[in-house]
Amino acid sequence: MQFGFLLEQVVNGLVLGGYYLLIALGLSLIFSVGGIVNLAHGAFYALGAYISVEITKYLGFGSAVVLSPIAVALLGILFERFILRRFYDADPILSLLVTFALAMVTEQAIRIVWGAPPISAAIPQALRGSVFLGDFLFSRYRLLILAVVAAVLLGVWLLLHKTSFGRVVRAGIQRPDMVAALGIRLQPYMTAIVMLGVGMAALGGAFFAPITIVHPAMGAEIITVAFVVVVIGGLGSFWGVVIAALLVGVVRGITIHFAPAAGEASIYVLMFLVLMVRPRGLLGERIEKFE
Amino acid sequence: MAAEEINASGGIMGKQIDLMSEDSVNPATASTKAQRMIEQDGAVLLFGEISSASSLTIMQVAERNKKVFFSTGARSDALRGKDCNRYSFHCDIPNTVMVNAVGTALKQKGMVKGKKFVTLTADYIFGHDLLKAAKAFFSANDATLIGDELIATDVTDFSPYLLKVRQAKPDVVCCNLAGNQVTNLVKQYAEFGFPYPLVGFNLNTGDAWAMGEGNLSGTWPTVWYHTLENPASKAFVEAFSKKYGKPPENHAWIEYITLKMIAQAITETKSTESDALIGYFEKQTQFDIMKSRKAYFRSWDHQLVQEAYPFTVKAKNEMKDKWDMLVLGEAVPAAGAELETIYPTKTQNPCNMKA
Repeated sequence: MQFGFLLEQVVNGLVLGGYYLLIALGLSLIFSVGGIVNLAHGAFYALGAYISVEITKYLGFGSAVVLSPIAVALLGILFERFILRRFYDADPILSLLVTFALAMVTEQAIRIVWGAPPISAAIPQALRGSVFLGDFLFSRYRLLILAVVAAVLLGVWLLLHKTSFGRVVRAGIQRPDMVAALGIRLQPYMTAIVMLGVGMAALGGAFFAPITIVHPAMGAEIITVAFVVVVIGGLGSFWGVVIAALLVGVVRGITIHFAPAAGEASIYVLMFLVLMVRPRGLLGERIEKFE
Repeated sequence: MAAEEINASGGIMGKQIDLMSEDSVNPATASTKAQRMIEQDGAVLLFGEISSASSLTIMQVAERNKKVFFSTGARSDALRGKDCNRYSFHCDIPNTVMVNAVGTALKQKGMVKGKKFVTLTADYIFGHDLLKAAKAFFSANDATLIGDELIATDVTDFSPYLLKVRQAKPDVVCCNLAGNQVTNLVKQYAEFGFPYPLVGFNLNTGDAWAMGEGNLSGTWPTVWYHTLENPASKAFVEAFSKKYGKPPENHAWIEYITLKMIAQAITETKSTESDALIGYFEKQTQFDIMKSRKAYFRSWDHQLVQEAYPFTVKAKNEMKDKWDMLVLGEAVPAAGAELETIYPTKTQNPCNMKA
């Protein structure tokens, strides 16, 4: 029976990992292509949650989880065009500063618009409760999240590996100079990648608003875990991020099963161990511009 | 709002109140800022703070500087017991009282005797303290604690803990968390839809409002709620709602009555000296704090002794507005009983103040 409980934690950890993945994948893409560590990524997650709560009031939950990421992706265009674009070739410390500043500005802006106290959001009645699959217990709502994450993942993978868009992006990660020499401007691709990245973060926010507290600092809370996932997975690797996200979720679940108080620390220990053995991360590629 | 009202009516002894406020952030910052407010900004006394950990560091600053500090939101029993000092006063109800308030209501429903409890506890001074109070209550009332999970303060996802709760198969699940974590747990508890009732020994009305429709259930404690039936409370709620467009939550209330009590003390002692003020409060002066019974600071531990209330959640179709979500139970202790019966005694929570 003990083993069954443990397995339940592992499965639950995988589901949770899927949710980390929504945030981390965009972070990793933006870093890989643009060389920018986007500290404002959490802010887009928070905006996604707030906007979705607002839309839910008028159009219902179904429309909210679709429209909110689209709205945030459109904001992403402005973000890329007027802010990020100036920093691709600059000293990395500048882009760190500017995105960190943007994260703070957004958090305070949320405070001004929606107020400091958390706002309320709930799961639609039909999606509540848990389902049993054999001996396993799942939250019905989280299964839905898992399905959405799997669909998004598949979509992003196809986009990167089966389209000409993806070929340019992947080439741009490795050899931006060669891509430029072939007469391809990377800028529009970067805009699209940022839209995709922040859109996924907003999707995460929209889906998690009903089961977590929606408050101004929520972006800052999620960004740390997202970074841990990206660092463990390794830069530039799609599957690295996927494996790392699931691993983080599972390790946390197992640790909580045996030593609840150490649950949050376990993911940092994991990161430490991975970096000791593989400084590039699990599946990190050697990327010339970062060496 | 209290300061504005007092100043509009001529201030205290002809002087206007100059209210300064700072965001305490964390225990270390709280202590630095408190020190600065006393040293550089010339504060005559301090009040506020929600976190028990930060409140403790401010209490130490107050003692070092011999300035009075009214801790308005911290609930850890230890602050009134082993960590107590002469310059610190405690306005909010302590953990033991919250446990007793909810416990009384649960006993009436037959949810305590012989039942199995699992607790989820915040892993810092407040949570540990609340767990201690809860354990004392369980053992005094024939309940068994079959599982306890300590939860780090930065946890936002409770699903692994909830799976463990199900494995333990308790009769009642009990939340010993604080602040945002209560909201998160309640939301995710509703998400999983377990059959075991969830109760809690700590909740602020602001957190209850943030939970979202249909998420909150069970029995919880509160120190004050805006639907309390008495004239003073109603007048305050009306004035507050008019000014801010929503009813006050319990922290707004406690800041308000605290400043009013301080103003009364300064007016009557004609002094802002710490010794004079401490003397005034230690006389166990009675204050009207918008409840049916008056309250007073107990001289030996500086706890504001007052009524507390258990509450359950209102059905949606009975709510008058989105803030009207709680049904208050009978005040504890029951009418006629001494207020102090629900508070820890000198032997349970001894406090030795240095003169």
